Formats: sequence, C-alpha cells, structure tokens
Amino acid sequence: MAVSKRIVLHFPKRLVERSIVSRLVKDYNLDFNILKASVTPDEEGLMVMELSGKQTDYDRGIRYLAETGVRIQSLSQDVTRNEERCTHCGACITICPTGAFELDTATRRINFYGEKCLACELCIKACPPRAMELHF
Amino acid sequence: MAKTIEEINQKIREGDAVVVTAEEIIGIAKEKGVKKAAEEIDVVTTGTFGPMCSSGAYINIGHSKPRIKLGGGKVYLNDVPAYAGFAAIDLYIGANALPDDDPRNKIYPGEFNYGGGHVIEELVAGKDIRLVATAYGTDCYPRKRLETWINIKDLNNAVLFDIRNAYQNYNVAVNLSDRTIYTYMGVLKPNLGSANYCSAGQLSPLLNDPYYKTIGIGTKIFLGGGTGFVAWHGTQHNPDVPRTEKGVPRRGAGSLAVIGDLKQMKPRWLVGTSMLGYGCTIAVGIGVPIPILSEEILQYTVVRDDEIFAPVVDYSEIYPQLKPDILGEVSYAQLKSGEIIVQGKKVPTASLSSYSRAVEIATILKEWILSGEFLLTEPVAPLPGVESGITVKPLKERPIEE
Repeated sequence: MAVSKRIVLHFPKRLVERSIVSRLVKDYNLDFNILKASVTPDEEGLMVMELSGKQTDYDRGIRYLAETGVRIQSLSQDVTRNEERCTHCGACITICPTGAFELDTATRRINFYGEKCLACELCIKACPPRAMELHF
Repeated sequence: MAKTIEEINQKIREGDAVVVTAEEIIGIAKEKGVKKAAEEIDVVTTGTFGPMCSSGAYINIGHSKPRIKLGGGKVYLNDVPAYAGFAAIDLYIGANALPDDDPRNKIYPGEFNYGGGHVIEELVAGKDIRLVATAYGTDCYPRKRLETWINIKDLNNAVLFDIRNAYQNYNVAVNLSDRTIYTYMGVLKPNLGSANYCSAGQLSPLLNDPYYKTIGIGTKIFLGGGTGFVAWHGTQHNPDVPRTEKGVPRRGAGSLAVIGDLKQMKPRWLVGTSMLGYGCTIAVGIGVPIPILSEEILQYTVVRDDEIFAPVVDYSEIYPQLKPDILGEVSYAQLKSGEIIVQGKKVPTASLSSYSRAVEIATILKEWILSGEFLLTEPVAPLPGVESGITVKPLKERPIEE
C-alpha cells in the first residue's frame, strides 16, 4: 500500500551536518518533497516535507529517522484510538491537556475527539491497555 | 417471604427466574418498594472490570520426551519469568512478572509494555507462547534445556487463580507534591491536579453484599468471560473497617480469591495492562450473582453511588510512608461527575475501572442465568465477616543481625 504524508522533522544540533534525508531515498525507496527547510550548521534544524512510498518502507524510514535522534511530528492528526484495545476505563481523561477525552455520562464510555488532539503523546504511555496509537 | 437458592435454581431451570443487574435494581426498588421487589426478583447480578494485580495463572504443559523437571529450574514464557517451584511441569505466571531485561524504572518513568498479564492475555487469546526453560537434570528427568512453543489448547491445565480480586471499595489517589508521580493508581498530576479512583461502585460485587451474606467460598461467578468460583477470601481481606449506616465499607475492606478454567475465558475480559512508572498488571472482569433470599439482601443491592464513600489518599507521601491520614471522603456519585473537591480545590477525576465493561459483565451474567445455563451455588463456607476479628497488619520488621 502506498502512502504519502506531510511531516515535520526537528534536527538536533549534532545531527544537522549528517546526511540523513538522502538515506530515505537510497535505503528506504522513499520519495520526498521538501516544503520548507531551515537547516544551518551549528543550529537546530527544521524541515517540513511530504514523504511518500510503500507503507512498509515508510514505516521503516520513519523508524530510521527516529533512531538517529530526529524528532518527528505529523502535520496531520496522528494519534488514534485502537477500539479493540480500549476498555473505556477513563484513565486518559485527566492526562490530556486539551480535553480530547470525555466521559459520555449516558453510556459511561469514553469519547475521543481527534480534532481536539494536539498529538502531544501524553496519553500514549499513560493508557493502561495501551490503546492510544501514534501514527506518522 | 424467604427464598432458598434451590428454589431460585428451580425457577432458573424452568425459565421463570427474574434477574436484573445491580444498576437496574435501583430504579425497580424505588418504583415498587423493597418488599415487592424482593418478592418478584430472584437474582441481582453485579460486575467489575479493572486492574487486579494479585492475579495469575497456573499451567501444566505436559511431559516432554525425554522428561524435564522444571521445578527448581528457570522458566520463561515470552521472556517473562514464570514460577517453577512445583513438580516437573507445573508453572505459575503472575500478572506483575517482568522480563529480566526490562529496564524497569532505570529510565524513569518505565514503560512496562509487556509482562505476566500480557502473557496471560495472549495465552487466553490462543496465541502461541514461547517457553524457554533450563533445569539441572536428574536420573528420572534427564533433560536440561527446553525451548518450545506452547498453546493453551494443548495444555493439560490452564487455570486462572487470583489471590486478591474484586476489592470492596478502594482509595481515591491524589498527589500533594509539586511533581507528577507514577503510581499503580495511574499518573497523578502535581498539586492536586488529578484524582484517580478504581471501583465499579454501585455495580461492584462486594459493595452489593457488604456483610458477605450470600457471597462465600464456592460461589459460582463470571470470571474472565468464563465461569469460575470464589476460592477463599482474598489476601488483605479486612472486613472490620468504618462503615455507613447501611453497612457499606468506607475504606478498602473485603476481597476475593477466585479460580476458574482459563480455557473458557476470553481476552476481552483479561487484558494485559501497563502502568507507566509502576509495572505490568492485568485487568480482570468479574461478575457475581446475588440471590435475593430476603428483603434484607435486596436492600443491600439497591445501594447507589451517592451512598458509597471512598477515602482520598495522598500518594506522594502518605501512602508510600504508610501513614494513616486521609484527606477526606468522597462519594462515587461525586467521583463519576468528573470533579471532586479536596482541600477546597476542584480536582478532576479519572477512573481506572471501566464502568461500561462492568455493566456489560452484569448484563452477560444476567443473560446466562435467564437462559438457564448458569445456576447459582450455595456457598460451602462464609467469608470472614466483621465478627471474625481478622484485620490487616503492617509488617513487623525485625532487623537481622549476623
């Protein structure tokens, strides 16, 4: 399956002078289209790009980026709830800084409002059954 | 009009039993009155679904050829250590067990993504589990190493045996310190930034039978999606705590040890759980039927969230240092409103126990009984009550001097 996503990459100082993005093409068969970039030596770098390719290559490429120490953010919504995994306990409610989780008082189930989510990722590890997932 | 369990079972067999959940009974008793409701209703079903740490399973894997004696050796299930202090091929896996190479809290807060609770969930789900064992070898059990996939369908026995479940009421956890803390009650924000609770309240089994008048050893229950039994009172069972006028404990009080065939259970009701900075555990689904033997028994089951109170406890200092102080009491109705007041401050609440799953369990149990497939059992012995004198003691530490 082919995917194409817009992502924001933050390069810490120590990584700015290494050629990282080119390996996405060479080693992971991905195409990229740089939408915005400010990468200068000795400073933190920022790059906004559209990255596309096969889903498996894409996932591997993102993993490679993360492992090098690049911080990755999605431009689109990237936190989703695995409905199979969620037990509707509600541990997430007080964790979320934007109030994206709400208790439905009628069904006693927890609603997740993706549009309120800022992808801060606090809920990911605070969820006991690990139902919240981060997608790049 | 007192009924007996046998009379109720006869009605269940004939399809005439009237069964409602502990949530439904509240409205029914209000409408009809307790006397009439007690005459008409035969069984009230309860339910709870939350993390229950003192849970685990024992399995018997069958003899390998040549034979191996796992007892006294080391055994891992998906890298999680299992207890092998029994005979040749019996093992026990506890929900809190962690792989040896899990970093724990070395990188704080630890993630605890996989542990014993997850192994149990995967076993129940029918997934293959990797068993790696080393043994010392004997004349009758010569083998020293075993590496194999195992699957629940091939095991001679797979039994869930939880030594403390279904706690009768529990603390509400808050954090008075100025940093976020990571506890078995979840992530607690600093300066009273959040309050976490963990009980199904008005649906919870032991809160509907506060003096253990019907629930006893041998009571047949819904356990993990299958049927199980109350095996004993749970560890730390502590009946003699402050109670409301209607007998509802205002503190953690009774608990149950439960047992049941893991092969009948379902992963929806045994969910491996990770508590950030704390460890792994398992969320267990339990439902207990309460036979309405008298008006008194029915009266207990009509308990509402606004009549059940839990203590608010600081988990930054008071709990870890085993100090007795509480910051006050709040009702489950207040907790479920999303906000409580502690020390004059509004504190948002979160639950670790899933009320919607508790409702589902009570409803499934109700359907099992209505269909005639689930008959009630007479307890063979009661759980220790208030009069038993049983109390939970702290450890009396005695330094060991060489």
